[in-house]
Amino acid sequence: MAKTAIALTVNGEAVEALVEPRTLLVHFLREQLNLTGTHIGCDTTHCGACTVDFDGRSVKSCTLFAVQAEGAEIRTIEGMAGADGTLHPLQEGFREMHGLQCGFCTPGMIMRAYRLLQENPRPTEDEIRTGMAGNLCRCTGYQNIVRAIQFAAAKIAGDSLQEAAE
Amino acid sequence: MIPGPFAYHRPRSLAEAVALCAAHPDDGRPLAGGHSLVPMMKLRLATPDHLIDLGAVAELKGVRREGNGWVIGATTTQAALITDPNLAQAIPILRETAQQIADPQVRSCGTIGGNVANGDPGNDMPALMMCLDATFRLAGANGTREVKARDFYQGAYVTALEPGELLTAITIPHPPAGHGYAYEKLKRKIGDYATAAAAVMLTLAGGRITTCAISLTNVAPTPLLAADAAAATIGQKPEEATFAEAAHRAEAITEPTPDGRGPADYRTKMAGVMVRRALARAVARASA
Ligand SMILES: Cc1cc2nc3c(=O)[nH]c(=O)nc-3n(C[C@H](O)[C@H](O)[C@H](O)COP(=O)(O)OP(=O)(O)OC[C@H]3O[C@@H](n4cnc5c(N)ncnc54)[C@H](O)[C@@H]3O)c2cc1C
Ligand code: FES
Ligand code: FES
Repeated sequence: MAKTAIALTVNGEAVEALVEPRTLLVHFLREQLNLTGTHIGCDTTHCGACTVDFDGRSVKSCTLFAVQAEGAEIRTIEGMAGADGTLHPLQEGFREMHGLQCGFCTPGMIMRAYRLLQENPRPTEDEIRTGMAGNLCRCTGYQNIVRAIQFAAAKIAGDSLQEAAE
Repeated sequence: MIPGPFAYHRPRSLAEAVALCAAHPDDGRPLAGGHSLVPMMKLRLATPDHLIDLGAVAELKGVRREGNGWVIGATTTQAALITDPNLAQAIPILRETAQQIADPQVRSCGTIGGNVANGDPGNDMPALMMCLDATFRLAGANGTREVKARDFYQGAYVTALEPGELLTAITIPHPPAGHGYAYEKLKRKIGDYATAAAAVMLTLAGGRITTCAISLTNVAPTPLLAADAAAATIGQKPEEATFAEAAHRAEAITEPTPDGRGPADYRTKMAGVMVRRALARAVARASA
């Protein structure tokens, strides 16, 4: 099958590639760009493990074709920590608040929460739960995922971390 | 799961998109948000040879006032329906319904045009469009035409869209000030299609219901306009007996199929319950 040329930005870097039109965005990220942090959980648009940030919105990359990302700006979990390895407040929050167990859902959780906190920097617990409704976790029971996001919201807002931990 | 191969087209203008769709009436499909189509392609239940991506056609996106109504571009996302402040003020039932569709990621991709063109009885927007008496603008090889939402749905996945035709926009009459509204949806969990759902738009005056439209989602092969049920409320007091009669008449027109959401008679009853609840909530929201 003929390939299509695409040009996009991934984690701040310009990427040009040839893809078969039927290549799903998640396969392109994982197999062509070797960004394997984005996971495939259900492959049926339900679990959110494949969530990436796409032109300022959260999308499930198992349900888009890579060709649709022509000109897009994409951020994946690999683009979250600073160049010196400093964790993003969300990554720190998931570690500090035990927001993960097996960790399979975590990249998708963090990428969705990243966008949620831009849409709503100080979400209530309820708003976090509805905002994260497209992400499933089979381990944690969600309680600590909510706390991890609250931790990050507080840290980004500059609140005392002691307060956030309580 | 990997879809079958196809040729990908990315038109930049509406004219180009219409021409491409018209050139591939039988072997092509428009791709809007892709959140019904791509899952079908992954299962190989849909195997188009040509995919015409509407994503780069700016003319198909956005919401604007026109005459005595609203025009919503076909590729306006469900997320945009929720965040558009003018629309939320003028037709708040659109936001209420969009919020009950799937989850944030799906709503950030899924479009109103794809939702109404899809023809899946589980989709929520079609019944709402019937309730609001919306009109669909269609464009094809022979020019453009308009079809009322109330005349659009013919069977499961069968609509008035001709092969090669594109839905370009939806027009909705501006609802009267002080109207009451509600979209009540019973679902098993977030991201589930309705077991049964009901949309209600009404107005009150002098302690009576003066206008009313009711429609139903996912309790027949097509969305249903419950005209008889609505008629039963006109001139009546907004009280339980009125709601019960409307619910009873709405139940009578359902033909649900049994599935994982429950047996047919249960879904029929739930359609009635959704009508009662939606009427009560719409009345509470209306100014008398
Ligand atoms: C997990 C999950 C849960 C969901 N839950 C719900 C729910 O509860 N309620 C609900 O209503 N929906 C639900 N959906 C479906 C979702 O809302 C879809 O986005 C929507 O049905 C289709 O819109 P789309 O823009 O994604 O269209 P696409 O998937 O791109 O297209 C759907 C169909 O319409 C055709 N089409 C698209 N645009 C046009 C056009 N402009 N003119 C002509 N034909 C066109 C396509 O060719 C295709 O056949 C769910 C989806 C998922 C993945
Ligand atoms: S892998 Fe994409 S939603 Fe589950
Ligand atoms: S931590 Fe295991 S699935 Fe969420």
